[in-house]
Amino acid sequence: MPCSIPGFVVPERRPSPRGGAPGPGTGGFGGPGAPADAIRRDEADPSSLAFEGDAGLLQVDAVAAGPEGGRRRLGQGLNVTAWVAIAWMAFIVLIAVLAKTGLVTWGDPQNSIASCASKGPFAQGGSAPGHLLGCDSIGRDMIARLALGAWESLLVSVGAITVGFVIGGGLGIIAGYFGGFVDTVLSGMFNVLLSVPAIVLALALVAFLQGSPENAANSTLPDWFVLILAIGIVSIPLVGRISRASALSWSQREFVLAARAQGAKSGRIMIRELLPNVAPAMFSIALLGIAIAIVAEGTLAILGVGVRPPTPSWGNIIALDRGLLLTSPHIVFEPSILIFLTALALNYLGDVVRTRFEVRESGI
Amino acid sequence: MTDVAAAQPSGPLLEVADLSTHFETSRGLVRAVDGVSLTLDRGKTLGIVGESGSGKTVLSRSIMNLLPKRGVVRSGSVRLEGNEILPLSAKEMRRYWGAQMAMIFQDPMTSLNPVMKIGKQITEAVRQHLDVTRQYANELAESLLASVRIPEPHARLKEYPHQLSGGMRQRICIAIALACGPKLLFADEPTTALDVTVQAQVLDLIAHQQAERFMAMVLVTHDLGVVAGRADEIAVMYAGRIVEHAPTGVLFANMKMPYTEALLASIPKLDEHSHTRLATIPGRPPDLVIPPPGCKFAPRCRYVQERCVQEEPPLTAGAAPGHEFRCWFPVGTPEGNEALARNEREGRVPQAAALAGHA
Repeated sequence: MPCSIPGFVVPERRPSPRGGAPGPGTGGFGGPGAPADAIRRDEADPSSLAFEGDAGLLQVDAVAAGPEGGRRRLGQGLNVTAWVAIAWMAFIVLIAVLAKTGLVTWGDPQNSIASCASKGPFAQGGSAPGHLLGCDSIGRDMIARLALGAWESLLVSVGAITVGFVIGGGLGIIAGYFGGFVDTVLSGMFNVLLSVPAIVLALALVAFLQGSPENAANSTLPDWFVLILAIGIVSIPLVGRISRASALSWSQREFVLAARAQGAKSGRIMIRELLPNVAPAMFSIALLGIAIAIVAEGTLAILGVGVRPPTPSWGNIIALDRGLLLTSPHIVFEPSILIFLTALALNYLGDVVRTRFEVRESGI
Repeated sequence: MTDVAAAQPSGPLLEVADLSTHFETSRGLVRAVDGVSLTLDRGKTLGIVGESGSGKTVLSRSIMNLLPKRGVVRSGSVRLEGNEILPLSAKEMRRYWGAQMAMIFQDPMTSLNPVMKIGKQITEAVRQHLDVTRQYANELAESLLASVRIPEPHARLKEYPHQLSGGMRQRICIAIALACGPKLLFADEPTTALDVTVQAQVLDLIAHQQAERFMAMVLVTHDLGVVAGRADEIAVMYAGRIVEHAPTGVLFANMKMPYTEALLASIPKLDEHSHTRLATIPGRPPDLVIPPPGCKFAPRCRYVQERCVQEEPPLTAGAAPGHEFRCWFPVGTPEGNEALARNEREGRVPQAAALAGHA
C-alpha cells in the first residue's frame, strides 16, 4: 500500500487498522477516497504505531523529528506585540549605530542655534522651524541629540549588563554547582553588595573610578567605561543570585551526575551542562536588566555623574534641561518617552523569552 | 591501565570488603550501607535486589565513589583490579569514571542533558578519555548508536533528547555508558522508567553488549524477575546489608532467607486467577538511624523467634558453594519449618503485621 502523502512515511508492511485499504479506483490523488484516507491515516497512525514494536515507533519518530522538523524557526509563534517590540528595538539600535558612525546624520548634535533655543512642540516659545522635535535649551537639535544619546544609553546599559552577566552569572553558577563553603562565601558577597542601595553604590563606584567632579574632566577613563563598570558591578549580585538559584536546581539533575560518572571535570560540567540550561533564564533577565540599566544611567545623570555633556545620552538630556519642564516640556518628555518605550519593549521581550523556554522545559 | 591488568590478570575485577556508607543527618547517622562485602569477576553479572530504601542505589554509588562528599562517611575497601579506589578524590576518580566503570541511570528522561545534542553527549566523554579527534569521536558515536540498535544513527547525532522516545533515550544512555569501553557497568534500575514492552528489549540489549565487550555488570533492581535470567549471582539487600547472596540458580531453587522468599512471593504469578490478592510484605523497612537490635527483618518476618529480635544472625555459608545468608531459622530447614509451625500454632504474627492489623 504505497503512501502518496509527501513527507509522511508510512511503513508499508503495516496496514493501518482504521485507515482501511482504499478500494479499486479510490486510491491515489484525486480519487474520492484519497483525502479522507489521508486525514484518517494522519490521525490514526502515530498512536497505533507506538504500540506496535520498535520499528514502527522509530518511523514515527523519524517523521516527527526529521532534519527540518526538529529545529523551529526563530520567529515562529511570536505574536504581533512581540514583533512590534522587536521592531522597536531594531529601530533604536539602527538609529544609534547610524548616528554614532555618521553614516546617516540628522544634523550636528553639538551645533547650537540660538534662535531655536528651548523651542519645540508644546513649548511656550513656539515651535522651531526645521526641527521636528524642537531644540534643547541652547538650541541644539533634539533629533540629532536623541539619536546619538541612544548610542550612549545603549552602550552603557548593554555593556553594564554584559559585565554583570559574565561576572555575576559565572560566580552564580560556581556557587550553585559547588555549594557548601564556596556558596556561603559567594552568596555572602552578593548579599553584602545587595545590602547597599543600588543607586548609592553606583554613585560611589563612579566617584571612586572617576575621582571628584573637579578631577572628572581629567580622568583617563572614558565616561561610558566608568558607567559600565559601576552599573555592571551593581548588577553582579542581582544576576548572581538568579544564576546561583538556577544552577543549584539544575546541578541536582541526574544528567549532571551522569556527566560526573563519565569523568567530566567540574569546569566542563559547569560550562557544558549547566550554562546552556541556566542561560535561557539569564537571557530573559538580561533583557529586563538592560531596561533597568538605561533607567539607572538616567538616574545617575540626574545625580550629575552620568555621561558628561556635551556628549548626549537620554539620561543627561533629561538632566540638563529638567528645569525647563514647565516651559519646554518637550526636552524632558522626548527622551523620557524613548526610555519608556524601550524599557517596555525589553520587558516584553524578556517575558517572551521566558515563556518560550518555560514551554520547552515543560515539554521535556 | 594495561600494567594493572597484566599485574593481576586472574584476580576478580571488583572486590568490595566491609563497605559501609553512613549519612550524617540531623536525626543521626543513617546506615544506608552497612558492612557489605562482595566480589565480581570479569564478564559476570551481579544482580542486587531489594525494596526501596534497602541501600542498593547507595551501594552502587558508593562503589563508584559518586556520592557527595559532605555528610557521607564511608569505610571499608573497594578494589578495582586490585587497586584500592575508596579513598580516591574526585580528581583521581576521573581516570576510572567512564573509562573503567560507567553507570546507566534509572530515568533516561533526567539523565540526559535537555539542551545538548545527543552526538555531543556521547562524544564528550570519549574525547576526554581517549584523546581522539572530533571526527573519530563522531564516527565512534555513530557506531555506538548503531550498536544499541538506533536506526539512522547519523541523523540522531544532531537531535536533542526530547525528540526521542523513552526507550530510545535509555539506549542513548547505554551508548554513553559504553562509549569508553568500561570494564564494569552499573545499571541502576535501568528499566524502571520504561514501558514494559521496551524493558525486555533494553535488558537484552544491555546483556548483549555486556557479552560482546566482556564487561562485568552490577544490575540493581527491585524486581527479582529482571535479574532471574540475566544475573550470574544475586545479592539480596535489606536495610543496607546483604541478607542473602548466591548464584542465581541456587538462590531460586534453594533460598534460605525469609526476606527473599517474601520478595519472590510478592511477584504476581501468571497462572493465578485474576483478582487474586497480591502477596505483600507487611510493614516498612526499618529506620536506618535506629535499626532494630537483632535481625533487621525480624519485625516483618513470618519465621520470627525470640532469638531473631535479640541477636543479629551472621552471614553464614549455605550448602551450595557461594551461597551465604543471614538467618537463624532459614527457609526450608528443620529449624525454619519448626519456627514457622510454632508461630502458626501460637498465633504469633510479625510485629509489623500486627501493627498493620493483619492479625
